[in-house]
Amino acid sequence: MDIINLKQIKKIYDMGGAEEVQALRGIDVVIRDNEYVAIMGPSGSGKSTLMNILGCLDTPTSGSYEFNKINVSEMNDDQLAKIRNKEIGFVFQTFNLLARSNALHNVELPLIYAGINKTTRRQLAKQALDQVGLADRMMHKPNELSGGQRQRVAIARALVTKPSIILADEPTGNLDTKTGDEIMILLNEVHQRGNTIILVTHEEYIAEHAKRIIRLRDGHIESDNIVENRKFVNPI
Amino acid sequence: MNLISEITEGLGIAFYAIRANKMRSVLTTLGIIIGIVSVTLMATAIEGVDRKFEESASAFGADVLYIQKFPWVGHGDWWTYRNRKDITVDIADDIERQANFIDAVAPSVATVRPAQYGDRVMSNSFLTGTTYQYVNTSGTTMKDGRFFSQEESNGGRPVCVIGANIAENLFPNEDPIGKMIKVGGKPYRIQGVFEKQGGLFGIFTSDNRVFIPIKSFMSSFGARRDVTIQVKASSMADIEDVKEELRGIIRKSRMLKPSQPDDFNINQQELLTETFGTITAVIAAVGFFITGLSLFVGGIGIMNIMFVSVTERTKEIGIRKAIGAKRRTILLQFLIESSIICLFGGFLGLIVAYPLSLIANQILPTAMPLEVVIIAIIISLLVGVISGFLPAYRASRLNPVDALRYE
Repeated sequence: MDIINLKQIKKIYDMGGAEEVQALRGIDVVIRDNEYVAIMGPSGSGKSTLMNILGCLDTPTSGSYEFNKINVSEMNDDQLAKIRNKEIGFVFQTFNLLARSNALHNVELPLIYAGINKTTRRQLAKQALDQVGLADRMMHKPNELSGGQRQRVAIARALVTKPSIILADEPTGNLDTKTGDEIMILLNEVHQRGNTIILVTHEEYIAEHAKRIIRLRDGHIESDNIVENRKFVNPI
Repeated sequence: MNLISEITEGLGIAFYAIRANKMRSVLTTLGIIIGIVSVTLMATAIEGVDRKFEESASAFGADVLYIQKFPWVGHGDWWTYRNRKDITVDIADDIERQANFIDAVAPSVATVRPAQYGDRVMSNSFLTGTTYQYVNTSGTTMKDGRFFSQEESNGGRPVCVIGANIAENLFPNEDPIGKMIKVGGKPYRIQGVFEKQGGLFGIFTSDNRVFIPIKSFMSSFGARRDVTIQVKASSMADIEDVKEELRGIIRKSRMLKPSQPDDFNINQQELLTETFGTITAVIAAVGFFITGLSLFVGGIGIMNIMFVSVTERTKEIGIRKAIGAKRRTILLQFLIESSIICLFGGFLGLIVAYPLSLIANQILPTAMPLEVVIIAIIISLLVGVISGFLPAYRASRLNPVDALRYE
């Protein structure tokens, strides 16, 4: 089943005056259930713009974006917020956890916005933290956790709403190689449990964890290939 | 359900933010504290002036209405007033039964009759017939003994209460209580003596008067007399309502058709109340201007700090939006924060104002009324919501992509 269907997506930034930047010049992509896709490209290729549109953080200038058969390209802010809340789990390069809240509360946050009651919320958040191996760190605040642990909290937060896709933007960018590998193993497990993952990265060896790589250049899709030699296919 | 969990989340964030920036929060609150202190003190002062006036008004009799055939301020034809139906005791009874906003009602009727005790005679004394409630409507106080009771009043007993001048002239060396005096040839037993009131010739005071139950008066000196009814209003502030109520009762009692004009007057010492009204209005206007100004300045302070707070937390707003916070959620979060800062200021203001109101109590008879406390809390909440709105609105409209990128 198609989860994401992009048709002729264009994004033009108006820089004031006559100047404008065409970040995306017509992107067509279909992503199906339980795929593991890496989006690659040098800086300025439109990679971040595409990720923002895929993540419903931004809307395209033209073209259509169907998410689970629903057209989201013309939704308003609050409708998009609902899609982000229910259907998309974000994993960012800089973790983006709330510094003042402990791990448990950070993971609970999307459930609060979804209006789920406190008992269920607690239970789901604990389960998610348990899945990423942080059952004993729930009451710690981000500054009391290592980088790898923080990214695990972020992954737990992304998983807790059981979203249609996990959108990971350079998830290992702020981590050392060893910790980064651990995070990639974790994402692999998440994928094997049936989740759809979209991974945005500029590092070849990180992208090779995915099953399919889409390469962007100057706002176009340069190539869209299946990965032959996947890494960490079965890590354990 | 959703809204409740958003509000609890908002409260949690607000308390955390205030605790994290203690100094800043306290300084910001200062404006609100000053505003609330001035609101409460101003309201307390006005309350005090009101009470002070109410006290002196009773002493002057400004809260007493006089129902009569003649108006005190004369215009119009004397004969039309003269030819009006007499005011009767029945009207006083109707008022007593029907009126809600009054403390006491007493009909009175007077004539000049000499008072005599043994061989001492006072020829220029007035004889007044009235009821037991007169002591409440007139504001006079007893020096000795008591005023005649309800039973004596209703039964038309031959008892009397005398004014200070009569007591001095007829009983220079004796205690008058319990003695019999003759007024207009009829004997009455003295139950009490009034405190001396003084004033010009004692004509309008109780000093030269003998008071007897109105029933005794009418049976001895004739019942077909024009009566003056004194009514004491229960509150100076509502005196116009009292007048309106009385008018209705009297018109009904006198069976006037809607087309007919009033055939009676409700008289009052108006000058006093008018002056009082102007004074309180001026105090209120000046007071609320100053108060409004300080709250306005306080509100600007809150708005300023909320803008800072929003800017500082742009990244956090971005994260929350990415995770699914709607505009409303963010708006609510910051409104709650500014409201809590203001409520906090409001409570501190009340804590500061309370001892000050006790000091004010030395000058004016006042206490901080509960309404003022409630109003102060509502005002601080309003200031919080109004001055927090613009920053909160700006936060709620932030673009998540830009907010997430903010460092």
